[in-house]
Order: sequence, then C-alpha cells, then structure tokens
Amino acid sequence: MKQPLLKLDKLSVRIGTGPRAIRPVDDVSFTINKGETYALLGESGCGKSMTALSIMRLLPQPHGQISAGQISLEGTDLTALPEVEMRQVRGRRIAMIFQEPMTSLNPVLTIGNQIGEMLRQHQQVKGSQARNRVLELLDAVGIPDVRRRYSEYPHQLSGGMKQRVMIAIALAGEPDLLIADEPTTALDVTIQAQVLDLLRQLQRDTHMAILLITHDLGIVAGMADHVAVMYAGQLVEEASRDRFFADARHPYSQRLFESLPNIGKRDHALKTIPGFVPVLDRDFTGCHFAERCDQAWDYCRTQAPAWDITTDHHHVRCHLEDRNINPPARTVKEEAATPHAAVASETGTSLLSVRDLKVHFPIQKGVFKRTVGQVYAVDGVSLDIPAGHTQALVGESGCGKTTVGKGILQLIRPTAGSVQFDNSELTRLSGKRLRRRRTDFQFIFQDPYSSMNPRMRVGDIVEEGMIAQVIGNNRQERRARVNELFAQVGLSTEHASRYPHEFSGGQRQRICIARALAVNPRLIICDEPTSALDISVQAQILNLLKQLQNELGLSYLFITHNLSVVSYLADRVAVMYLGRIVEEGPVASVLENPLHPYTRALLSAVPQIEPDTQREIIRLEGDIPSPANPPGGCHFHPRCPSAMPGCRESYPAESGDAGHRVRCFLYN
Amino acid sequence: MRTTLSLGILGLWALFGVSAPFLPLTPNLIHLEQILVPPAADALLGYDDLGRHIGERLLVGARTSFLVAFWVVLLSAALGTCIGTLSGYRGGTWDKLIVQLIDIFLAFPGILLAIALAGLLGPGIGNVVLALAAVGWVGYARLARAQVLSLRHREHVMAAEALGSGKLRIMTRHLLPLMAAPLIIEATFGVAAVVIAEAGLSFLGLGVQPPDASWGAMIRDGTRYMLVAPHMVLAPGAAIFAVVLSVNLLGDRLRDRLDTRSASRGVSA
Repeated sequence: MKQPLLKLDKLSVRIGTGPRAIRPVDDVSFTINKGETYALLGESGCGKSMTALSIMRLLPQPHGQISAGQISLEGTDLTALPEVEMRQVRGRRIAMIFQEPMTSLNPVLTIGNQIGEMLRQHQQVKGSQARNRVLELLDAVGIPDVRRRYSEYPHQLSGGMKQRVMIAIALAGEPDLLIADEPTTALDVTIQAQVLDLLRQLQRDTHMAILLITHDLGIVAGMADHVAVMYAGQLVEEASRDRFFADARHPYSQRLFESLPNIGKRDHALKTIPGFVPVLDRDFTGCHFAERCDQAWDYCRTQAPAWDITTDHHHVRCHLEDRNINPPARTVKEEAATPHAAVASETGTSLLSVRDLKVHFPIQKGVFKRTVGQVYAVDGVSLDIPAGHTQALVGESGCGKTTVGKGILQLIRPTAGSVQFDNSELTRLSGKRLRRRRTDFQFIFQDPYSSMNPRMRVGDIVEEGMIAQVIGNNRQERRARVNELFAQVGLSTEHASRYPHEFSGGQRQRICIARALAVNPRLIICDEPTSALDISVQAQILNLLKQLQNELGLSYLFITHNLSVVSYLADRVAVMYLGRIVEEGPVASVLENPLHPYTRALLSAVPQIEPDTQREIIRLEGDIPSPANPPGGCHFHPRCPSAMPGCRESYPAESGDAGHRVRCFLYN
Repeated sequence: MRTTLSLGILGLWALFGVSAPFLPLTPNLIHLEQILVPPAADALLGYDDLGRHIGERLLVGARTSFLVAFWVVLLSAALGTCIGTLSGYRGGTWDKLIVQLIDIFLAFPGILLAIALAGLLGPGIGNVVLALAAVGWVGYARLARAQVLSLRHREHVMAAEALGSGKLRIMTRHLLPLMAAPLIIEATFGVAAVVIAEAGLSFLGLGVQPPDASWGAMIRDGTRYMLVAPHMVLAPGAAIFAVVLSVNLLGDRLRDRLDTRSASRGVSA
C-alpha cells in the first residue's frame, strides 16, 4: 500500500524578525507518498517555492527560518537535523530542479563534470565507472549523442536540453523525492511536453516521488496524483487529482478554473478574482482569501477557518464546508456575465495589410565586420487585419513572431516587403512623418515593468504619447485625459503620481495599456501581454482588452504562445515556424481542424485540464533549428512526423481556400 | 562620521573658495622681518620666504583650486555627456569617429596634453580651466556612450519611439535621467583629480602667476626651503590631501547610495 515518504506538519516559515516579518508559509501540512506525484498549485507570491526551500533547508539566510512545525522524511525530522547530516539528505534523498535551467548550471564546467560531481559526492563512484554512469544518466534523460555532449558546456545546449541536464544531475543521487519548482515554465510548449513526458517515464522507472510546483492547471491535470492549492502561505484545498478536477470546493480553486480562458467562454467576460495576493507581512485574523472572495461574509473576516476533512481525504480550508457554521443566505447576484457583442465580422477593406515581410539580421564577424550570414528572423510573412478584428500570431520562442510585430510598426526596419496601414505604405515613411503616423498603431510589451521608465511617474508615462503627438492643447487638458484613461483601464486617478515599481504586475500592464490608448490608436500590437501574469490577473487583462475593443473598435495583433488565450480572444490565428507562417485561418477552424503537422503538434502539446479528452498525442523530436541556418526545403521537415522525401527539396506553396491557408505538401 | 567630516572639509573649502575676496586678508603683504618664521601664536602656519602670511595665502589659494575644480568638472562633464550620448544614440560613422577620438585622447597622457595646451595658451586660471576641460571630457564621453548603448535597447526607450517621441526627448527624458548616477559619481572623483592637476600645473608655473596664491604654487615656492622651513610645503600639502581625501570618501558614499542594486536591501517573499 501507500507508504508515506515526506510529511509536513504545521510548517511555518518566517523571513525577518519582528512584527513586519514575512510569513510566506503558514501552518502547512501535507504528506507525500512514495512514488507519487504531489502537485502544489498557486499564483506567484503564495509561498510555494518557500515551502520547497524549507524542505531542503535552503531558506534565504540569515533572514529565513522555520518558525514552527516539523518536516519528517521517513521518520527523521529534517528541521532538527545537524547541517552536516542535512547535506547528505540534499541530493541523495531529496533533489531539486529549478525554473531557470539557464542560470542553475555552472557555465564554466562541462555538463559531464557537473553530473559527475554529484556521483562523487553521493555515490562514491569515481573514474571510468563514474563516466559510464554519467553517460547512462544523460541517455536516460533523452539527450542524443551523449559522448559529445559529455564534454560540452551549458551554453552549447538549448533550454530544453539544459533542463534535461538538470534532471540528470538530480537523478545522479538516486533521490527518493524530486522537487520540481516550475520545471517547464521557461520552456516552449512542445519542449515542455517532452520534459513532462520524461519526468513521468523516470518516475515509472525509479519509483521516486515528485513534488511538482506549478501555476498551470493543465500540467497538474496531466501529472499529479494529489493536488494541493496554496494561497497566501496556506493550503486552502487538498484532494486527489480526479476529485479536485471534478469537484473543487474552495472558492479560490473554483475561481481559478473560471478565470481560465477557452473557446467556450468567447462570448462572455471571464470571471476574475478582484484584487491581488495580499502582502504576507502581518498575522491574519480571518480567512486569508476573505478580501477577494465573493462568498465571504463578516464571520470569514474575524474567524480563521480550520483545515477540515470533509470526505474522502478532501481537505478544504473554508467556512462554507463547516456544517456547524451557517452562512447567511446569499443574495445571489448572478453577475450578468457582460455579454461581449460579437464583433462585426464583415471583411471589408483591411486596416493593416502586410505583404511578404522580411526582416533579416546580418551576422558580422572579424575586424572588418564582414557579413558572413543572415538570421532569417522573418522570412516572407503576409497578413491582413480588418478594422475591429483580432489576429493572433502563435509560435514558439525564436520563431520571429515578436520581430513581425516590431517590423510592422517600423521599430525594426524590414529588409523587404510592404506594410500598408489604411492604404498608406509605412516602410517608405521616415523621420517626422513616421512619428506623426505612430498615433495610429501602438505596441504593448510582454514585461510591463521594463517597458516603463522607472524614473517617471506613471501619470507622465501615460501623458508622454500625447505630448509626442500634440494631443490636447495644454497640461490641464492632457491631465484630464490621463485621468479618463486611468478610469478606463480600471485604475484610480490618485495612482498617477506614483512610480512604476509601486504597482503589481497586473496594474503595470493596465498602465501600459493606458499609455497605448492615450494616442487614440486604431491598431494595437500586443506582444505576450499576459504571459508574465498570474491566471487570475491574466483574466482581468483579457477582459479589459476585449472590452476596449468593443468600446473603441480597436484591431489587435495578438502575439502569443498561449493557445487558450488565442481561442478566447482572437478571430483569426496565424501559426509561425522559423520566420514563416505555416497555417492561417479562422480560430475555430484552425484550432479544431488543424491541417499543418506543426499546428497539430503544438495543439496536442498544450496541457489540457479535461482529463478524459481522448487526444491523439503528437510529440515532436528535437529542438527548434536556428533561424540563421534553417533546414532546406520545408523548414519543419526534420521534426515532422509525416515528412516525405519531397519535403527536403523545396518549400511548399500555399494551399487551401482563402479562409484557411496552409503551407504543407500534404495538401498540395 | 566620515561623511560628516568630509562634508565639513568640503564645506569650508567651498566657503573660502567663494568668500576669499571679501575677507579682510592681506596675502601679498610682505613682512621682511618675518621671513621663513615657523608657526607661532600670531601666525598659526608661519610665514614664507618673502615674509607673507601662509595661513592667509592658504585661504586665498583655496579659491583658485575651488574655482578651477568647479569649472573644469562642470565643463568637461557637460561636454563629455553631450558628445557621448549623441554618439551612442545616433551610431554610425559619427559614432565611429568619436570612438577613435576618445581612444586617441585616452592613449595620450592627459596631464602632458594639458601642460602642452596650457603652455600654448599661456599662463592664467582661465587657460588652466580650458586645458584641463579639453582633456577631461573624454572620461565622461566614454561613460555616457557606454550607458546609452546599454539603455537604448531597453523596452521603455522602444515604447517611447513607438509613441512617436522625438530623439531629443528620448535622450533627455529616457536616457539622461537613468545614467545620471554613474556620471555624478564620476564627477565627484573628477573633482579630486582636477585639484591635483591644477596644483601640478601651478607647480610648473603654468597656472596662477605670482604674486597670486595657489596651493600648487605655494608648494613650488616651498620646495626650495624644504630643509629650513618645512611648514611652507606642509601646509598647502595637507590642504590638498584633506580636500582630495574628502572628495573621494564622499564619492564612495555617493556610489553606494545611488547604486540601486545595493540600495534595495528589502526582503521579498
């Protein structure tokens, strides 16, 4: 039967001392059994990583300390273990892999050396025996050509490969428990699918337990045996996976599900969780979630709910689950899910028309900067966006989708091709005439913080575009408009005199949206505007974008790797691979009936939360090739499961009807 | 404590630098009976080889070094920042030329160039300022250019370009405020270097002309009597030492304060 491996008992962690100490982990108890995967789910700042670090006893020193509770690993209390013995536990009994494979490997040591170090430390294996074991491990984590890779350095590997090396290092100590802290967040979906498959397979082979820390419900659904939801330092719900996905009880878990975008919710606003995760520098008197909960009543704010068992090992920390407490009869204010008027879908003249856009970057070498090659970042992209429509551009990192956006806006000058905006050619404009034209099209960046000048007040940041475009006659008029914009994006006008670092991620993105709106644009290019945000905040921003589109008739070019966002927001979608669009069509048609093998693989790699969907899983081999040296013929043929001999010869021409285009020999 | 002391010394220096002409001082009055008299109760720092009051000459000399330091740093920082920012932001041929020019200036010993320039222009405070600023701008230009190169690809600069802001506005609003900290720190250290350079030029007779006082010139006069009247060299030497040390200490402190990485010591969850 199930044997418990790791047991946390009322664990609390404090960082700092005194009344303002941060309490990232507060009264957390759970048990991980041998050989099972336990998922810890939550938004950023909820204490997930701190829980993991306290299990390893690697809390930030000197401020962090375990203030109460026990962590027992098969009967040994890790909190009381001397540091010398704890070192034997780390790596040998419990290993950890981190989110950023780029920074967790030592750049000056070969990967063989780094894995071998673990063997010497924990297994006392040396010499050729160690080398053979390292090669075995590299092979086990699916790295091809292991003998060559053995003596390579981390910078010679791709992100996915680095994460595999991290896993190999973790496996070297043959641990009983592997803590994986957001192991795939920094990776592309097809690579993420490979790494998750690998973890599943390794777990089958070695029977180790995995503590999987993630914010992605899809990954949880595909990987976990048990799920615990963490909010503001506490577990709020714990259940087996099937039970959790069938019947999530805590209001927070329910809201998480509701704020996920998908195609079925297209016509409604997404339900969101108002506000954001509270700062954990004080003791809570009531429920941690009460401030943001739509079902909370006074009792919730004064009495902390207990960690009760309801039925069948389903824990929920909520007063609603306690039979002895009677919640007041709720006035069911069924929030009339503000129906989003279907956007006028007449395909009249297009607002933006891109033809055969190319952006090549020269590779220069030597003293005389001779051009020795080209990076074909964007290599012949054509798009049409009618007024009031949303075109999505999907692809993995490095496929050139951001460069398309910047090329269209002339922030990077295209090498060739034409960009017609409202029937005027943008590539020929320059200097002042281009600057005046910029009032029509705007850009929203992925990282709202780095796209704002940290030395300017946010009111001035929003006002800047109006000064540049001479909108408003004087400061009073512009200020009035700034206040209007702040209200429009859901910020209070008194925020205007603060600096960017005083805001949360979601608020910063709202400021960036206000800045873009200030010049009254007709087209906004959004470059992954929600990928740096938590699920509940993402829902807020998506709602805002949709609402603004309806009010102002904006067109969007939505650049993203997140297909569920596409299905919720976009009218049409284009899939990009290595600088070219491989498939383009209406969202419903492309997502439900994908033609190109790459689109199919991309769709099947996205973790789904419906566990019973019978899906054909297509796994792509290998990494994305470099755009400096794309494979001959169809760029996709080396990874394509249905490649034919002809695919090596030439790039396929476009086929399909005007509504749904595809570039693949399967349809020629 | 250190900061307070440094600020105090610099405060006195600036005070005398500004107010020396208005004080009832007679630095050029010769007391023939007091030649080379060592420090005593009536003259705390003694008298020099012409029987002039060293204490009063020191105060008047403070004015020279202060004025030179102030103007040289102001001129070279302004000039260097403008050239470096423009060069870094515009790029192209212009940038390549500027980089070559900076390299040439850096390869040449700066003080030698200043000596040559001061010699050509002729002695005098104004010319010393010109000569030192002509070699001093290079450091600021290089620093400003490096800062601009790292800042211009930031997203907030691209966002400003996307809004249609002009180049001048981008430079003044989005680049300069973010590179102010390293430039200010460079300027504080520059003050110390200029004080020494001015003393050096005056020592060589290229700065202030007799009978006007300057710390460098006082040392030059004193060297001839070093064995019989060491106080003639020690007093201005100690003054230069105190000012330069204070400026450097203050510069270190400023660097720690303005560096955001060491300033944000907050604990995050």
